Formats: sequence, structure tokens, C-alpha cells
Amino acid sequence: MTSLILALKVVATTPEYAAIAAAVGGDQVKVTALAKPTEDPHFVDAKPSHIVTLNKADVLIQGGADLEVGWLPPLLEGARNAKINPGGPGHVRASEGVQLLDVPAALDRSLGDLHAAGNPHFMMDPANGKIVADHLCEVFCRLDAASCPAYQKNRDAFDARLQAKVGEWTNALSAFKGKPIVTYHPTWRYFAARFGLVSEVYLEPKPGIPPSPPHLAEVMQKMKEQGIRLLLVEPFQSRKTAEAVAERTGATVVDVCQFPGGLPGTDSDYVALLDADVKAIAAALAAER
Amino acid sequence: MAIVRRLTRFGVLLTLGVAGSVSAQETPPPAPPPAPPAGPPPITVASGAAGRNYLNLSVDGLIAVGASTEPDVPSLETGGHDPAQRGFTVQNVEVVFDGAVDPYFRGQANVILQIDPDGETVVELEEAYAVTTSLPKGLQVKVGQYLTEFGRINPTHPHTWDFVDQPLVSGRMFGGDGLRSVGARISWLMPVPFYSELMVSAQNAKGETATSFGGVAGDVVFGRPLDPEDVKSAGDLLYVPRYAASFDIGETQTVVVGASGAFGPNGTGGGADTAIAGIDALWKWKSARAEKGFPSVKVQGEAMTRRYEAAATPLLPEDTFEDHGGYLQAVWGIKPMWTLGARYDRVGGDVGDDPADPAHLPRERASLEGTWYPTEYSKLRLQYAYDDRTGLADAHSVWLQFEFLLGAHAAHKF
Repeated sequence: MTSLILALKVVATTPEYAAIAAAVGGDQVKVTALAKPTEDPHFVDAKPSHIVTLNKADVLIQGGADLEVGWLPPLLEGARNAKINPGGPGHVRASEGVQLLDVPAALDRSLGDLHAAGNPHFMMDPANGKIVADHLCEVFCRLDAASCPAYQKNRDAFDARLQAKVGEWTNALSAFKGKPIVTYHPTWRYFAARFGLVSEVYLEPKPGIPPSPPHLAEVMQKMKEQGIRLLLVEPFQSRKTAEAVAERTGATVVDVCQFPGGLPGTDSDYVALLDADVKAIAAALAAER
Repeated sequence: MAIVRRLTRFGVLLTLGVAGSVSAQETPPPAPPPAPPAGPPPITVASGAAGRNYLNLSVDGLIAVGASTEPDVPSLETGGHDPAQRGFTVQNVEVVFDGAVDPYFRGQANVILQIDPDGETVVELEEAYAVTTSLPKGLQVKVGQYLTEFGRINPTHPHTWDFVDQPLVSGRMFGGDGLRSVGARISWLMPVPFYSELMVSAQNAKGETATSFGGVAGDVVFGRPLDPEDVKSAGDLLYVPRYAASFDIGETQTVVVGASGAFGPNGTGGGADTAIAGIDALWKWKSARAEKGFPSVKVQGEAMTRRYEAAATPLLPEDTFEDHGGYLQAVWGIKPMWTLGARYDRVGGDVGDDPADPAHLPRERASLEGTWYPTEYSKLRLQYAYDDRTGLADAHSVWLQFEFLLGAHAAHKF
């Protein structure tokens, strides 16, 4: 049956999985991302057009850490596609094999919108990008054995490019070990852990809870005490709030993104996205010295 | 620091972290080509609550408080889950169980608890159904007790609505609890490039959740008393076809259009039938940089028409009544967690053989609402409505509604 497949139809919930699927799949796959790179991935509309996309898919890549819990289940039910249902041969949970951070000891929503499996923003660590690429290569090979050598070649090329870049990024950020940063949401925990930055202060008082004036006052106090000079903000987050905090603390607002296509020149390219993020953060840290 | 991760599933040791910690001057060695995958595919864990439970459980509470210039609130509010009196109303406490039954079915049960104006707790099995997950050819079958897929509002639960109460046309055509019954539905997702779904339900036509059809013995519709008959043949069931299509306009706009019909015998007897036809449409814009789904604009409308054959009674001749209704609403998601909405309702047409029965008199209503969502698990909504009723006093009403959701994260259909 697999020999009849011309190109595997791959659907990714968010654009970073789509970018890696495209890198590994090459010409043998046709990749679609459901979420836009500039929108809040927790709140994507379960549009009927997504049902059609999923109905025709051979592979679905989802994060697997409940990031998509508010919109993927009704889409999957509507899609009625056994291949990509949980347990199906084309259902991929990207978090498989990934060590998730911030796994809550107890589930309690008074602490904010916790994800039971842990922090779902693990793709900001390039080591996890490699795990996902390996995982996808394995899935593509299983579904389309004839093209397996091509998938492995693509995966190796992706790995080589990523590893070379990781060296570059580590170098670029090595001078800033231990530097604290402020982010809107705990999105940059994996990135910070990988590159030796400290991400423990957020504009949100609790995950998913919008910034409140008393909390922002507390954040500004911490920024002054700890000498935090960097405030990361993503396309869908309130730049106005970040700018107000930056203005009062003398910090710099840095535009970053979790998703390829969310920053100029990063369309469908996971490595280019991380490169743009690292460069923006390193440049801002260097300017603050 | 866990820079070396063991991927036990594949039995592969990933060393990117090590390579990542070396300096850029060293060119990393090319990775050796890995062995082709062997053995059975990995078993993926079902989604939902991170796959830690067989069953997702949630409790949603919907409480209203407010007042109206009309003392008889039930004459204003036609929904069984609308505010029922001046002061406080427990509109709906909904306990939802759902999860994968096995690799072939997903199951869901919605058990509703309400407290009536006399303080009595009322329990309703609103929905309890299984739906197939893996039939071929775009087919899907649903079996059980479920809200009939007619239009946009009828198949949904009160806590997902954009207003405190249901549209007037829902109450007029489908009664206080909406059209729902025991039955089966088959649906076909057509193999075309856009969303195009055709479905047909066959359900029991009797009871208090099928008021335009069999209804409940002793109830009066269009001035005619009901005495629904038992099912003698397949023709005595309720049939509900629906077609829906959807298109995206660019990156940020989506249109959904639908047409539904409901056909079945009614309780006036003598082979009399009811036919209801409806059309519905939704247009939504959502910013490409939406935070928590805001800003957005949503415009939705439905129109329905009903043809009700009334069998002859000892006192009244055979007759046919036709009435209609609809609503148009717009909801503006101003900024994260804040919405403003407006709705216009209208119902009218034949009043039947009891001109004093308010259930069939023409009405118009205009409503304005503002909602604040502290999180996606709670909301506070303020609504004002002006009712313009034929034969009854006009009314001004103000309601404040509060919702809280405990347990599994709700997933919303479009």
C-alpha cells in the first residue's frame, strides 16, 4: 500500500513541527501547519477547513503536552481519519522522548493554566528539535519504506546543519551565562536552560493569567534588583505592556518567536528561526553590557 | 544537566547536547546513518489530560442573577436553561464525561443538574452517545441520546453561547430544552477540497425534547392538544438532514453556511406531520496575531420556518399553520478576555387556534451583552434585553451571568 503513496500528507499542529517535517520529508512529503506562526498556539480556532486537511492526512504531528487541548480534539473527531487518531500509525506526539520541564507536582488551576505533562514549549531547545527530526524520520520510513534512504539523508543533513548552528549559538551566548531575562509567558524555559540564561520572571502572574498592575510592579522591582535588562515578547503577546515595563525599568524589548515564519526570513525553517532568536537576544544582551 | 538524553523508545543515544556544548570552531562529525527502524511501531498514548485517565471529567456551573420589568420571567425566557425568575437562577450545572471508548468509538455523556424555582433539584440526561472515530470513506456514525444537529445553536450547550439565554426562535421551534432525542446519525465528509459535510439523523419523535413533533401528551401546540402515537413504522421517526460548507477567506476570515430540515409526525394525530427548515451562516474574523483568540469579530444568524399540520379534532377542522423566526448576532472580541455583543431576535407567523397562547404570538427582542473572561475557565457576563411582545407587556431585563468550569479543559467546535 505504501508504494502507492506519491507524497505523504503531513499535518503539524504548529509551524515548528511543520518546518522539521518539511526538512526531513523533502520532496516526498506535503506539509501543512494548522496554527499560524504569529498566533497564540493555545487558542487556535477549530476551523472546518482544518477538518478537511486532517481528513486527508497520512501523518499528524502534535506536541503531546496538551498545548492543543482546546482545539485539536474536535478537529480529530471531525476528521474521522483512523491513520492519525491516537494509536494510529501516523499519529506523532513530538514530546515522546523529550524530558519536559516544569511538570506540576499537583494539578491545581489556582496556580494558573498548568499543563499536566509539563511545559509544552520544549522546541525552543534545539536538542529537542533533533529528537523530533529523528522521530519523524522513523515515522516517515515506516509509512513509506521506499523513500527511507532519502528521509535518512535529509535528516542527517538537518542534524548536521542544526549541530553546526548549536555550536555557533552556544558561542554567541556563552558570554552571558547566568543572565536573567523577563518573558511574557514561560515559553523560554528550555531555551534558557540550553544556553545558560535564567528565565524565572514573567509578565503573566501565573501561566495563562493576563498581567495585572500589582504583578507588573513586582516584576519591575525584581528587574531593578536583579539587573534584568531584557524583555522577550512574541508576535501575539501585548507589546504595549512589555514596552510600558521596559520604559519604567530601562530594559530593552526584544521581538522573538517560537514559530518559523513569525520573524522575517524564518518561513518554514526551524534552524533559521532559532538563529534569528539567538541573534536578537545576543545582540540585545551585548548592547546592554 | 541533562544534556544527554536517552531515547529509550528507539534505543538510540542522542548526543546533540554534547555536540552543542563544544565550541563553534570544531566541526561536528557527520552523524552515522542510523539503522533502519525495526520492530513494531511505538504505541502512542491517547491525548487528553496527557493520557493519564481513561475518562475526562468536568463540571460546568452557570448561575444567573437579575431582574425584569415583567414579573412572569418564564413568559419572556423560552429556554429551559435561561434565567427562570427575578433574583438568582441555577441555569445549568453540567457534568461531562468523555473519552475514547476503544480504538473505534469516542463516548460522551452530559448530565445536567438544575434547581427549579421551588428549590427542587432536577436531573436531565442531556446527551449520552458514542461516535465512531475510524470509519472509511469520510463516514461517521453517532448513536445515543444527543442534541440534534440542526442549525448552529441547537447542538450546543448553554455555557458555549454568546448570550445569557437562547434565541427566541430556538424556544419556539424546539422548546425549552432544544431538539434532542434518542437516535442515530450518519455523516459524510465529502471528498472535495473545501469543508462539505452532509448528515442525516433518525431519532424518536416523542417527548418534551421534540415539542414540534410528538411532544408530550396533554401539551397544547397551536391550540391543539397533543396525544403522540407510538412508533409503528420507520415513517413515525424524526428525520433531520443537514448540510454545511465552509470556506476560508485569506488567513483571517472563515465562513460557514448550513441548511437543515426536520421532518416527523406531530402529536395532533391522524398522520399529521411537521416540517421545519432552517438556514444558518457564520462569518468570523480573527487577527493573525491573536492573543488568547482576541481580537476577533463573529457574526452569526439563523432563520427557520415551520409548517405544522394539525389533524382534525371533534371541535376543530384539519388545518395547517406556518410560522417562522430567526436571529442575527454579532460579537466583538475587543481585546484579550473581553467581548461585546448584540443580538436581534424575531418570531412570528400563524398563531393557531388559541389566539391568547403567548407561545405563538409575534415577538421581537434586542439584546446587548458584555463579557469578561478572567480565564478560559470562568466568565462574568452582563446582558440587557428589550422585549417587544404582541398581546403582552413589553419588558426590559438585566441579567448577570457567572460561569465556572472545573476539570478537563473544554475543547470548542468552531
